[in-house]
Amino acid sequence: MVLITAPRTVQTPAKLRINGATKIYESKSGPVHALEDFSLDVREGELICILGPSGCGKTTLLWALSGLHALTRGEVALDGRPVTGPRPNELGMIFQDANLLPWRNLRQNIHFPFEIKRRPVPRQRITALLHETGLTGFDGSYPRELSGGMQQRASIVRALAQEPSVLLMDEPFGALDAFTRDEMNLLLLRLWSESAQTIVFVTHNISEAIFLGDRVVVMTPRPGRLARIYDIDLPRPRTIDMMFEPSFIELIQDIKRTVEAGGRHSVEVE
Amino acid sequence: MSEVPSELRDEIPSFDSKPAHVDHGPIDWSGLTSIRTAKSALEIGSIVALAAAVFFGLEGILRWTDTPTYVFPKPIDIVRTLANQFTDVYAHHLWVTMSEFLAGYAIGATVGLALAALITQKPFAEKVIAPYVLVMVTMPMIAFVPFLRLKMGFGSWPLIIAVALAAGPMVMINAATGFRRTDLAKIALARSYGANTFQIFRKIRFPLALPMIIVGFMVGSIFGLLTAVGGEMVAASEEGGLGERLVYYSSLARMDEFGAIILIIAALGVSIYVLFYFIGKRWASWEA
Ligand SMILES: Nc1ncnc2c1ncn2[C@@H]1O[C@H](COP(=O)(O)OP(=O)(O)O)[C@@H](O)[C@H]1O
Ligand SMILES: [Mg+2]
Repeated sequence: MVLITAPRTVQTPAKLRINGATKIYESKSGPVHALEDFSLDVREGELICILGPSGCGKTTLLWALSGLHALTRGEVALDGRPVTGPRPNELGMIFQDANLLPWRNLRQNIHFPFEIKRRPVPRQRITALLHETGLTGFDGSYPRELSGGMQQRASIVRALAQEPSVLLMDEPFGALDAFTRDEMNLLLLRLWSESAQTIVFVTHNISEAIFLGDRVVVMTPRPGRLARIYDIDLPRPRTIDMMFEPSFIELIQDIKRTVEAGGRHSVEVE
Repeated sequence: MSEVPSELRDEIPSFDSKPAHVDHGPIDWSGLTSIRTAKSALEIGSIVALAAAVFFGLEGILRWTDTPTYVFPKPIDIVRTLANQFTDVYAHHLWVTMSEFLAGYAIGATVGLALAALITQKPFAEKVIAPYVLVMVTMPMIAFVPFLRLKMGFGSWPLIIAVALAAGPMVMINAATGFRRTDLAKIALARSYGANTFQIFRKIRFPLALPMIIVGFMVGSIFGLLTAVGGEMVAASEEGGLGERLVYYSSLARMDEFGAIILIIAALGVSIYVLFYFIGKRWASWEA
């Protein structure tokens, strides 16, 4: 496995380069160190999971990647160009909840980015995406009429219809029950395998991170630093059964120890 | 080169189950419309039956006690008077009141809405203006009608101005509550697709404010109608109007006609409510 992953590291240029990302929030009770000197190269076409306990700065990192927030220090570059603000044509953002506009039905929600960008709506593509996500027939429904899983699927359709080259996902399935979450993960992997997209997937769920990722980046508790990067050599396509294999469970335990040790464990191992 | 959107400045919206924009104003949409409405035939039938019972019950009591009309008019007489006089007399006065109301309301609501949209952009301006708006909201604008009459003569402008002054601030405070809602997550969404400030306003802030704007329009219109009728009672234009008729008929103890005018005003008020109820159902129901 090392032989397979190693050359890839060398050959593929960084799609997204995070260099010394540091974020300090100014709050009433003083500065909050949310992210500390975080550096990472995300390869083109990979699905990389960023894993860490709540409050370790995952959302902070993702909002900086998306150009919605500025970093205190450090920089982010997409395709070699520094990210200084939103990049609507290259970056797609999936938020922690579906973030649908409640006054619009599903179809109008999916059309929303096209209205903002003043671009024609690719109806066939949207119809195909709706079909693939099992939302056919619900395009006239309003968000409140749909389950959380359906809402999040609609938000994925909204993002994918834009054909972004990088998809940033912030605990998108965190609010869903375990069964729906598994289903959504499989759906995500299927959609990703049909595209050439790079996905940065943030989660605090260890098994979800392993199940999805080519690599899992473990962060330390606040201030968020990079603790360790795990290469995941599970074959693809991945199946739910893999989550019960001993090697998978071992990996969970290893990552858990890394998180608990706040990154120090990785030093011992290496 | 794109820039980091400044209105998101370092705030991560909390994605709780509660929507971030639930800070309702003094009155909210559901408060005005959550009156349970009748749906089944039984319920509607009961409402009609109750109305009939009150109508004929009152008629019966007034006949039985032989109450003279100048003390209390009989319902059947009121309706008969209304039917007989409507086209010849009342329609004119209804039109006079309506035109004063509509003109004043159009001005007041437009200015109120525009001011609300502008002022909520600048918290400083909002804080400075707030006490004056409060004074305007609580001030009975009817009081100014005789004064305006002296300055402006016998046309309809004094009443139009009073209606505008009564409706405008009502629209403004409610609309301002709406515009003050900032759902950072929705704004971040729009920004991530490259929305500019005007698009954020049109596609996020305005729809988010719309339920409160409709509430403002509804409350403003009711205040406007009251001011139009009340203003006519105090100092009507030479054309008259429903308020002027109320004073006229009651001073002559022509209570049938007085009752007919009251009926028209009541119908007007209810129609306004029903109109806004349906507007709200169409444009604000996502929030209910
Ligand atoms: N606007 C802010 N002001 C002060 N502290 C903040 C602000 N936003 C986030 N934080 C803090 O920064 C840390 C990282 O937050 P976040 O990126 O949301 O973490 P995560 O997404 O990993 O749960 C948390 O401890 C949080 O309390
Ligand atoms: Mg988070």
